[in-house]
Amino acid sequence: MRILGIIVVILTGALLIYAMGDFPSWADPASPAHNHVSPRYIEKSLEQTSVPNIVTAVLADYRGYDTMFETTVVFAAGVVCFFLLRIPRKDEPTVRRYRHTLTGMTIRVKETRQIPPVLEEFERIDTLWAPHDLIIKTCCRILVPFLQLFGLYVIAHGHHSPGGGFQGGVILGASMILLAISHDLRTAIGRMSERVHAILCPAGVFIYAGTGALCMVLGLNFLDYGALAGILHVDPVTARSHGILIVEIGVGLAVMATMIWIYNNISSKGKYDEGL
Amino acid sequence: MIWQLDLAILTLVVIAAIGAIAIKDLLGSAILFGAYSFMMCLLWAIMGAVDVAFTEASVGAGVSTVFFVAAVFRTTRRTKD
Repeated sequence: MRILGIIVVILTGALLIYAMGDFPSWADPASPAHNHVSPRYIEKSLEQTSVPNIVTAVLADYRGYDTMFETTVVFAAGVVCFFLLRIPRKDEPTVRRYRHTLTGMTIRVKETRQIPPVLEEFERIDTLWAPHDLIIKTCCRILVPFLQLFGLYVIAHGHHSPGGGFQGGVILGASMILLAISHDLRTAIGRMSERVHAILCPAGVFIYAGTGALCMVLGLNFLDYGALAGILHVDPVTARSHGILIVEIGVGLAVMATMIWIYNNISSKGKYDEGL
Repeated sequence: MIWQLDLAILTLVVIAAIGAIAIKDLLGSAILFGAYSFMMCLLWAIMGAVDVAFTEASVGAGVSTVFFVAAVFRTTRRTKD
């Protein structure tokens, strides 16, 4: 069976490499993709959308449907992770560990009888993996706001430089995941609860689809941002640029919330109690 | 495009891909997959697709590696069956 599998893989690979010979060579100006589609985008996208980054213009304007359903796929991934992994019950509180912050001593509490009161000098730690490192905690805490600022820059500056909703959303999500890794999961959830993820995740998709529907209500095609010119009080070309920014913000919100949501569910096995 | 650099990174991509499949340890596999994503990101950047390279660096090499590590953290050393 194993040898058969290897033979199939090698045959498929050989077929793919053989078929590669028919491809146009890299950066060939005569290749089909460069004949009529690319020149149109390169020549017309700046005057039609006033967005210097052609990739962003194609992604969010000319190919808006594609990006909208990509966002929906990301949203679906988050929801599926939630439904598969989340355990809503809070029964069987087994063993909790606390650290005395002054001496570094750890104690183990069996919670069959009663939940102990929260004391100032005791902090709760994870059972499996809880290093006590002040340098890592402080460095990551200082790093988080700069990461978030960079994420916002990537979303907002996607018109002019590489970046956009997906990358910026992932960076924003990674900043909260960094907080969860360097401190613990409860700190990160305290900053941004599960309810917030569950609201932001569909809200991002709603912003995207709602912008498209608004364009349709105003009399043009779905996702034709030129229709927003009347609302935004600008000419239709600038309205397309602003429309791209609005949908990028929606994409960023959905991706950020989904990334944190998936991470919380995976790392805590759906209990939202002790994470990585 | 410098072909020596291109060839070196392509070789590393192939090595990382084969290693990620062949290695027994799940955590090592996750790390090798992150290395594979990062090498792919360099390739995209060399070919001039900066947007794709950015996405690959943030999603492929960054967050998905963290997801894999978080999932591996929740497994045990031996299978239960």
